[in-house]
Amino acid sequence: MAKITFIQPDGSAQVVTAEPGLTVMEAAKMADVPGIEAECGGACACATCHVYVDADWREKTGKPSDMEEDMLDFAFDVREESRLSCQVKVTAELDGLVLRVPAKQF
Amino acid sequence: MTVLERPDGAQPEPIETDVVIIGAGPCGLFAVFELGLLDLKCHVVDILGKPGGQCSELYPEKPIYDVPALPIVTGQELTDRLLEQIKPFNPVFHFGERIDGLARQTDGRFLLTTDGGQQFLANVVVIAAGGGSFTPKRPPLQGIEAFEGTSVFYSVRRMDDFRGKDVLIVGGGDSALDWTLNLQPVVKSLTLLHRRDEFRGAPHSVNEMRRLVEEGRVRLMIGQVTALHGEGSKLAAATVKTAIGQETIGVETMLPFFGLTMKLGPVADWGLNLNENLIPVDTEKFETSEKGIFAIGDINTYPGKLKLILSGFHEAALMAQAAQKIVYPDKKVVFQYTTSSSSLQKKLGVK
Repeated sequence: MAKITFIQPDGSAQVVTAEPGLTVMEAAKMADVPGIEAECGGACACATCHVYVDADWREKTGKPSDMEEDMLDFAFDVREESRLSCQVKVTAELDGLVLRVPAKQF
Repeated sequence: MTVLERPDGAQPEPIETDVVIIGAGPCGLFAVFELGLLDLKCHVVDILGKPGGQCSELYPEKPIYDVPALPIVTGQELTDRLLEQIKPFNPVFHFGERIDGLARQTDGRFLLTTDGGQQFLANVVVIAAGGGSFTPKRPPLQGIEAFEGTSVFYSVRRMDDFRGKDVLIVGGGDSALDWTLNLQPVVKSLTLLHRRDEFRGAPHSVNEMRRLVEEGRVRLMIGQVTALHGEGSKLAAATVKTAIGQETIGVETMLPFFGLTMKLGPVADWGLNLNENLIPVDTEKFETSEKGIFAIGDINTYPGKLKLILSGFHEAALMAQAAQKIVYPDKKVVFQYTTSSSSLQKKLGVK
């Protein structure tokens, strides 16, 4: 299992225990993390599961694919550390991952 | 497939039909089949420009694994197969239109009005609107609502509205590029803003845009809007965050193209009971709080509801039985199988 911390814009943090193999979005939805809407259900088709990856973790989570970059065009306030959480797979390596939820998800 | 297109500005007579189905997703399409077997004629209205709803808009290429007897099927294949299946019933489609008004008439029928002014008179209404209507995403910028319709637009209705204006187009897909190319000749100035220097649009549009930028006729900015400024409903400027800092540019109109999102939309104004943006129905007929108005698929709710395509198909079948009793109250309903009934096979055109 991997522990993932979601930090809300107000600074509050929620630690979610996620099973490897799930996507980070699925783990967030199961734990009702606010601000992860995932309108399309994980098809990389809506950009409403946008998160910012903490600087220490950017190498481990990697860069978005071309398809994900295209979909990030539909997100708001996209930054270098932006990812769509439906495209990040939970692995044992990501135990301790810290993510920030954007203030607005469109 | 019959698609009805209406010339601009025409105010046609209301179309009379047995059933109007709102939404051309899988459940709306399958409802045509079940209603058709019971001799009910349907018009189908959808805000998107094509059938399939979320299946074709959100995941046309993605496989679905839980449609009975189809171990794997993509959203587009499912849509195509449903269209083939309902062909014998010749439904009439109205794409790119949203039902805004729904009101019961004194004769018991419903008068439905689209945003384009088309009207329908129907005995039965089936709401198969899924997650609601697909509407353009509104950038979450403070105060943007005030500018909408006068300075901020999500589509171009008349190019003349942009003539002689300082225009900001935001986005990196085909809509943003196409309107950059089309509006550039009529506007005073045009800035195209995108978060990165890569565009998803058709390559020739991208090239054409780059040429206009090189010739100095379009300004390309790489960045994101962070604030809008203006008085009342009149936009005056937009603040843009770029790689090197911030810049405030003078613009009178803005066209943001950030794709579509699903919103319940006008359904909320029809006087139906709602429960957290879903429509409660019974599980015998899938009828709403209003007799003659049914809701099937993702948009309804009842104890045990599962938002599955297969559940929506079941709901369509039961709804059709109840709809038939409304349209043909005196007709004796005899339950029949398509495998053995010659009358059903005749309707399907296989006999």
